[in-house]
Amino acid sequence: MKTFDYVRPASVAEAVAAAAAPGAAFLAAGTNLLDLMKGGIARPDRLVDVTRLPGLDRIERSHDGGFRIGATVRNADLAHDAAFARACPAVAEALLSGASAQLRNAATTGGNLLQRTRCPYFYDTASACNKREPGSGCDAREGENRLHAVLGWSDSCIATNPSDLCVPLVALDAIVEIEGRAGRREIPLEAFHRLPGDAPERDSVLEPGDLIVAVRVPAEAAAFAGHARYLKVRERTSYAFAVVSAAAGLRLEGGRIAEARIALGGVALKPWRAREAEATLAGAPAGPEAFRRAADVALAEARPSGDNAFKIELARRIVVRALTLAAAGTPDRVAALPASAFAASTGATLHV
Amino acid sequence: MSLTATFTVNGVRRQVDLPDPRVTLLDLLRERLDLTGTKKGCDRGQCGACTILVNGRRTNACLALAISHDGAEITTIEGLATDGVLHPVQEAFIAHDGFQCGFCTPGQIMSAVGLIAEGQAGMDPERVREGMSGNLCRCGAYAGITEAVLDAQARLDAQDRSQAA
Ligand SMILES: Cc1cc2nc3c(=O)[nH]c(=O)nc-3n(C[C@H](O)[C@H](O)[C@H](O)COP(=O)(O)OP(=O)(O)OC[C@H]3O[C@@H](n4cnc5c(N)ncnc54)[C@H](O)[C@@H]3O)c2cc1C
Ligand code: SF4
Ligand code: FES
Ligand code: FES
Repeated sequence: MKTFDYVRPASVAEAVAAAAAPGAAFLAAGTNLLDLMKGGIARPDRLVDVTRLPGLDRIERSHDGGFRIGATVRNADLAHDAAFARACPAVAEALLSGASAQLRNAATTGGNLLQRTRCPYFYDTASACNKREPGSGCDAREGENRLHAVLGWSDSCIATNPSDLCVPLVALDAIVEIEGRAGRREIPLEAFHRLPGDAPERDSVLEPGDLIVAVRVPAEAAAFAGHARYLKVRERTSYAFAVVSAAAGLRLEGGRIAEARIALGGVALKPWRAREAEATLAGAPAGPEAFRRAADVALAEARPSGDNAFKIELARRIVVRALTLAAAGTPDRVAALPASAFAASTGATLHV
Repeated sequence: MSLTATFTVNGVRRQVDLPDPRVTLLDLLRERLDLTGTKKGCDRGQCGACTILVNGRRTNACLALAISHDGAEITTIEGLATDGVLHPVQEAFIAHDGFQCGFCTPGQIMSAVGLIAEGQAGMDPERVREGMSGNLCRCGAYAGITEAVLDAQARLDAQDRSQAA
């Protein structure tokens, strides 16, 4: 690991100023950044520690019923916050399906949003990677790419965003609060991550020095609480990133769908909101036909970027299954195997 | 900023100079404080061998920068037994053959202590397995590990009940 200066700012303003310098990076729990530094993929000259910044470690309820999640709130604390998990059960389920209990105890909200892709060529400094080394090429194109993107990819990069948390958050219209050199601004999470285009080295719209202060979930999210699920297909039952995942939320009125929310994970370089698919569900009876139609619309633009055509049909089925589970009702408690495809809709386990 | 940090490690206050900020909690424990019970498996957050308690919460020591945890209270496997009496989780791992080669064991035991403190799994074996999935065991001692965690949970519950009574 390259050496660096360690800075512990006392205020948000100091943090922004310290991180605006070239080569500086914010350090939260470090569960992604230190890993990347050990591998020589990230080589910051200065780490600006945000973990002790005042006021960023709180989950607050606004007067209208929405939530404001501070950037340094730990993933485990958010998942187990009773009021939050009741209002946003799919977010709690997604969090608990990610990483391990140890990592969730450390990992922060801001760090989770900005964790970098798990493309193996990005991690291997001997490989060509436009994201790590702009202009060097993309070894994934001709390499092992069965887990790569099927939506929104470009010739310069076919990687996916690995975050589980972001998938239900984007479905619920979450907003990112950012403090930058020009003051405070807000960006919908849907517009926060960038598709690769011809500049895959930039993961998000953040500028140097920009600090995530909080993520807000609007009060309207609670309308989906009774019918909200996250489903995540992995290559092993637990402690693995998504091959494909989906968050689904339904607002039902007398067996018909008043409003639907759908987002996909593991399919693109950003958490993928499927708005057109949601629109096809409005007014439809909650059932397999409407769900399959919505899934077809959600994946209409999908195309393989390599040996990954299977992910398109898999994603359709995961959308149908997530909607089916959501329609059956949110379980009282997150299933023993969170977001697992091996759990029956009743919460019982199909295997073991 | 002068890079000196203070930790309470297994109940003892330790002040350490960190002239190089790259030191992780894992390397601090193993290389500077001679506490080699905490193991380095992958050094990248993927195996759980380095699990310790930081301020009472189980964490991977390999991905935690020491200087960032200045002031923290740390418990390692060396700090579990009191006056030569093993912790109930240690007892249960022995009773149920929760290991073979033993390399993953300190991490498994610290993780189990953390899991029981979190109070989410209860006596449900599926929740215990899921809650312990951050600890890999190359010897595949998982069946014994799950039994040991459930047994330790039961013993600690009983202890709590008798203390409350
Ligand atoms: C073995 C393993 C398995 C994992 N499995 C999963 C999984 O299944 N699902 C999943 O979703 N994730 C998974 N993760 C990733 C994990 O969720 C992330 O590493 C974690 O959320 C990052 O949070 P952090 O606080 O450690 O961030 P850090 O590592 O400290 O930072 C990550 C990035 O965010 C930036 N940053 C941090 N905070 C801020 C802020 N407030 N403002 C601006 N920038 C900021 C940092 O500069 C850095 O670039 C896994 C990780 C590991 C090691
Ligand atoms: S897919 Fe993207 S991250 Fe992976 S090697 Fe290509 S450019 Fe790099
Ligand atoms: S050594 Fe820390 S998780 Fe493997
Ligand atoms: S006992 Fe050998 S690795 Fe677990």
